[in-house]
Amino acid sequence: MNHNIWDPLHECLERKDLERLQLERLRSTLERVAKVPCYKDKFAASGISPGDIHSLDDMAKLPFTTKEDLRQNYPYGMFAVPMRDVVRIHSSSGTTGKPTVVGYSRKDLDDWSGLVARFMTAAGVLPDDIVHIAFGYGLFTGAFGLHYGAELIGSAVIPMSGGNTERQIMILKDYEATALVCTPSYALTLADRIEKMGHDPRTYLSLKVGLFGGEPWSEELRREIEKRLNIVATDNYGLSEIVGPGVAGECLCKKGMHIFEDHFIPEIIDPETGKVLPEGEKGELVLTNIVQEAIPLIRYRTRDITRLHYDKCDCGRTLVRMEKTMGRSDDMLIIKGVNVFPTQIEEILFQVEGCEPHYQLIVEREGTLDTLEVQVEVNENIFFDEMRKQRAFVEMLEKRLATNIGLHAKIKLVEPSAIPRHEGKANRIIDKRYK
Amino acid sequence: MKVEQISIFIENKSGRLAEVARVLGEKGVNIRALSLADTSDFGILRLLVDNTDVAQKTLKENGFTVNKTEVVAVEVPDDPGGLFNILQVLDEAEVNVEYMYAFVERNAGNAVIIFRFDEVDNAIAVLNGKGVSILSGEKLYSL
Repeated sequence: MNHNIWDPLHECLERKDLERLQLERLRSTLERVAKVPCYKDKFAASGISPGDIHSLDDMAKLPFTTKEDLRQNYPYGMFAVPMRDVVRIHSSSGTTGKPTVVGYSRKDLDDWSGLVARFMTAAGVLPDDIVHIAFGYGLFTGAFGLHYGAELIGSAVIPMSGGNTERQIMILKDYEATALVCTPSYALTLADRIEKMGHDPRTYLSLKVGLFGGEPWSEELRREIEKRLNIVATDNYGLSEIVGPGVAGECLCKKGMHIFEDHFIPEIIDPETGKVLPEGEKGELVLTNIVQEAIPLIRYRTRDITRLHYDKCDCGRTLVRMEKTMGRSDDMLIIKGVNVFPTQIEEILFQVEGCEPHYQLIVEREGTLDTLEVQVEVNENIFFDEMRKQRAFVEMLEKRLATNIGLHAKIKLVEPSAIPRHEGKANRIIDKRYK
Repeated sequence: MKVEQISIFIENKSGRLAEVARVLGEKGVNIRALSLADTSDFGILRLLVDNTDVAQKTLKENGFTVNKTEVVAVEVPDDPGGLFNILQVLDEAEVNVEYMYAFVERNAGNAVIIFRFDEVDNAIAVLNGKGVSILSGEKLYSL
C-alpha cells in the first residue's frame, strides 16, 4: 500500500493526531516569531499574544503576513534566528525591485530535503532513478529543492541547470535519465526539439516520470506532455517564501497535490474580506509554516487561488489535497517561471520619454512556451513617420523590458483607445493560459 | 520650399485605411499623394492633402495618432535617368533619403517626387545648388 510514501508516519496521520501535532507546532512557532519585530508589532496591533491560541480555530484571530511585509523588512528583518544559524539564503524569482529573501537553518535544509523527497517519492522516483534537473541553479529555490530531495531518496542527480536544449537532450539520452525536472513548457520544448532532430520523443529517451513546476499549467498540457514524451507528468507546489518546492505534491492518483500539513497549515480565505471560507470553497490559499526555524511565516497570503479537498485519497495519505492553482488574487503573472507584476512594466513604460502607460498584457501559451505581448497605445510623442525610427523605438522598449523583467516580451503598438478603459488593474491582463 | 505632410499610425487590421479615407472625404479634404509603409503589426500612412490643418484636426478627433512632417517636392524630368541624376546629386552631397514616393500629377511634363530627408534644409540647399527644381506647397496643390 505505502511503497510510494516517503514518510508514512507523517503522511498518513489520523486527522485528530495531525491536528494535535499542528497545534503544538503552531504554538511553539508563535512563541518564536513573537520576538521578530514585524510580528511583535502585528500581534500588538491585533491585540493578540501567542498564549491566546488554544485551538486551530483560533488561527483566524492571527494577523496575515504578505509579500509587502517581506519587502519592508528586506533583507533579513523577518528572520527568527541569528545569522550564525542560517546556512543558506534564497530569494524570489522576481528580477526587479527588491526580491523577497528567505533563509534556511541546517535543520530547515534537512526538513526541506525531506519534504521534496515526499512528493518525488509520491511521483514514483526511486533510489535507482537518474534525475535530470533542468531548472536554473541560483537564488531561485526550484533546482536546489529538487536536487536535495532526489539525493535524499538516493537517486543519482544530474545538476544540468537551464538552457542549451540540444545539450540537454544529449545528456538526457547519454546519461539515461529516468526522471525529468523542469517547467512543463520546457518539457514540450524538449519534445519538439527531439522531433526536429528526427527522433521519436516517446522512445528516444529513458524517461519514465516528470516533476514539473514553476509556472501554472493545465490538465490538457499534462496530457500532451504524457503523450508526447511517454512519461507520467506530475505537479507539485511551493513558493520561495514558504520553503520553495515541497509545500505540496501529487501522488500517482493525480487527484490534487497533498499539502504536507505537519509542516504547513493551509487555510482558504476570501481574498477581499480575509474571512476563512468553508471546506471545499474556492479562494486564496494562506499558509502557516509551523516547522521552519529561520523564517517561519504566519498566515502567509500566497495570492494563489485554489480549493482544498479533505476526503481521503486512494494512495493512503490522509493529507489534504489542493487543486491546481486557478489564478491569482493579485495581478502577478508567472511567465516561464519568472514572476512579473504589471506595475513593473508600467514603470518601464513611464521611464520612456513621451510614453503613456496605456498598455495591456496578453499572456498566451504558443505551442510549448509562454509568451508575453505588451500592447502599448501609440501617441504623437512616440510615433515617428520614419519606419526606421519607429522600429528602433519598439526594439528599445523590448530591450528595456528584457533587461528589467528578465524575459523577452513582444511590444505591439496599437492605436489610441484600442485598449478598453476600465477601472482597476485586472483588465490590464489577458491571461489566456487559465481556462 | 518645404511641403507639409501628415503621417498617420494605422494598426494592421481591416477597415482602418478605409476609415482614414472616409473621415477625410466627409470633411472635403482631398488626398493628393500617399505612401504606406507597413510591418506585420502596424503601418505608417503618409499623406499630402490640400488642407493639412483640417486633415490633422479631423483625424485626431477620430482617434488617430497624427504627426505633421516636412517633405520636399522635387521636379524630376520624365526621361530615363531623370531620377538617377537627382539621387546622384544627393548621394554625392551625402544627403540621406529617409523615404520617397511619387506625386500623382505632373508639372509641365515633369514627374514630381516627394522626398523625406533627415536634414531637410541641407537637402534643399544641395538641390538648389544643382539647379534642381523644387515645388512649393501652393504650387503643388494647384497642380
